[in-house]
Amino acid sequence: MSDLKYTKSHEWVRDNGDGTFTVGITDHAQEQLGDLVFVETPEPGVQLNVGDACAVVESVKAASDVYAPVSGEVVTGNAALADTPELINQSAQEDGWLFTLKPADPAALTGLMSADEYAAYLALED
Amino acid sequence: MPFIPHTQDEIDAMLAVIGAPDIESLFDDIPAALRSGPLKTVPDALSEMQVGRLMQSRAAPDAGALNFIGAGAYEHHIPAAVWDIATRGEFYSAYTPYQAEASQGTLQLIYEFQTMLTGLTGLEVSNASLYDGASALAEAVLMAVRLNRKSRSRRVLVPASVHPAYRATAHAIVHAQGIELIELPIDPAVGRVDPAALAAYDAEDITALVVPQPNFYGVLEEVDALTDWAAAHNALLIAVVNPLTLAVLTPPGEWGAAGADIAVGDGQPLGAPLSSGGPYYGFMCTRMAHVRQMPGRLVGRSIDADGKPGFVLTLQAREQHIRRSKATSNICTNQGLVVTASTIHMAILGPDGLARVAAASYANTHALAEKLRPLGVEPVFAGDYFHEVALRLPVANAAPVLERMAAEGVLGGYELGRIGWPDAVLVCATETKTEEDLQRYVDTLARALRS
Repeated sequence: MSDLKYTKSHEWVRDNGDGTFTVGITDHAQEQLGDLVFVETPEPGVQLNVGDACAVVESVKAASDVYAPVSGEVVTGNAALADTPELINQSAQEDGWLFTLKPADPAALTGLMSADEYAAYLALED
Repeated sequence: MPFIPHTQDEIDAMLAVIGAPDIESLFDDIPAALRSGPLKTVPDALSEMQVGRLMQSRAAPDAGALNFIGAGAYEHHIPAAVWDIATRGEFYSAYTPYQAEASQGTLQLIYEFQTMLTGLTGLEVSNASLYDGASALAEAVLMAVRLNRKSRSRRVLVPASVHPAYRATAHAIVHAQGIELIELPIDPAVGRVDPAALAAYDAEDITALVVPQPNFYGVLEEVDALTDWAAAHNALLIAVVNPLTLAVLTPPGEWGAAGADIAVGDGQPLGAPLSSGGPYYGFMCTRMAHVRQMPGRLVGRSIDADGKPGFVLTLQAREQHIRRSKATSNICTNQGLVVTASTIHMAILGPDGLARVAAASYANTHALAEKLRPLGVEPVFAGDYFHEVALRLPVANAAPVLERMAAEGVLGGYELGRIGWPDAVLVCATETKTEEDLQRYVDTLARALRS
């Protein structure tokens, strides 16, 4: 997972190398939420600013917002989540991705945490 | 004696602990512009005895009169058993399931209520009720804006034939959220929306279309054509319906090729007495595909660890006690006691009983309109109507005629002059009216027109 970057609000971002980023929630986040029953992904074409609430992950206990880790335009949402939200529980950082976006600033990832930094951040939170 | 158990000494001690000079300073965070200050229009307090007298004198004009006013609240016969059962202590004292799963009886009742409402509306899911029909429409508009993510406009078409109080309420609740309710005019000849008039919006981004059935004037809208227009133009369809009429009319879930997306209305005709205006309750039904955006409570049936059936509050992850400022709705609730009565009412009447009530109401209103023709009283609109009809009186101003009828104990209808038809009244004759009652209306109106 060393290619992923992390936010303090528990999103991950992957640079796909083709001018797009993929965004999801971390394995830690899905574990905290419990069994997911519904996921709302953003519509293609929506302009996001960093920190915007852009998706909702709903578990049996709560509906939580996902925040845009970087600014950019949404390219596509993960359609598979409509019928199988549990993909996030099973594979939060691979098959359970939420959406892809075209970043406003391709260098935006540098401000986010690495896997090691995120692990240290989680240890601090506990 | 004030019912606040704090003496000045206790208040002073508490203020000293938190370091505040006085109670008023605790409200400093609220901008002055938002504080109401002294409420000038609220009169001084009255004693309990004075309030009792006042209420009795205010209630007196409503008592004993023969009522032909509908306009959103309808007089129907309520079997004595309904409120006898609903006001038993088990329902009356504990109707809000705060410890939800411990309230199996209440949850089962709400589950049965939801089942009956989905049966009437032809939609897949129902919530456990809302405040009233008007706020239910506002919630439906908010829900449609959340649901229709292909539409960016937040513009909703609302026909002028939707109850004016519902339109005002919906506007008050949604306009500050940037949602625009666009009034869709009616065809004044027939009293309903001309589906062809929607062509003006063919090229525009419309989030949802509201369709009343029957509409405020009692007229039946061309719901299939309107629903098909919405489906073809990426707009959600919100039906505003009188639930009693659904015992005989096509349910919203079957309108047009696609059906309505959301159906709302006021449940008052199903077991709630007129009571000078409330409490009533709103209902809301929708498709399973939209259920995540439906406000309010929803009771589901499940099985426990031992495999025994049980009822649970489901779909509450977006309620305000969990999602606070981002809740699906912050005004929704369920009207437990009225819904309890309504569920008992529907269970006692059954589908056939409800259909008979609807059919008798239809027949009585049509019979009355026919009896009035010799007086020169004609329907304002040519459109088919259900159990309420706008009638044009052979006078310039109907208001004094209604006053003279009221003086004889007959409430002759809703003054349509309030919304621009000064010579017209909206008249409703439900199954509660006998042949003699209809004749008394005719005779009373004849006298009122002559004097």
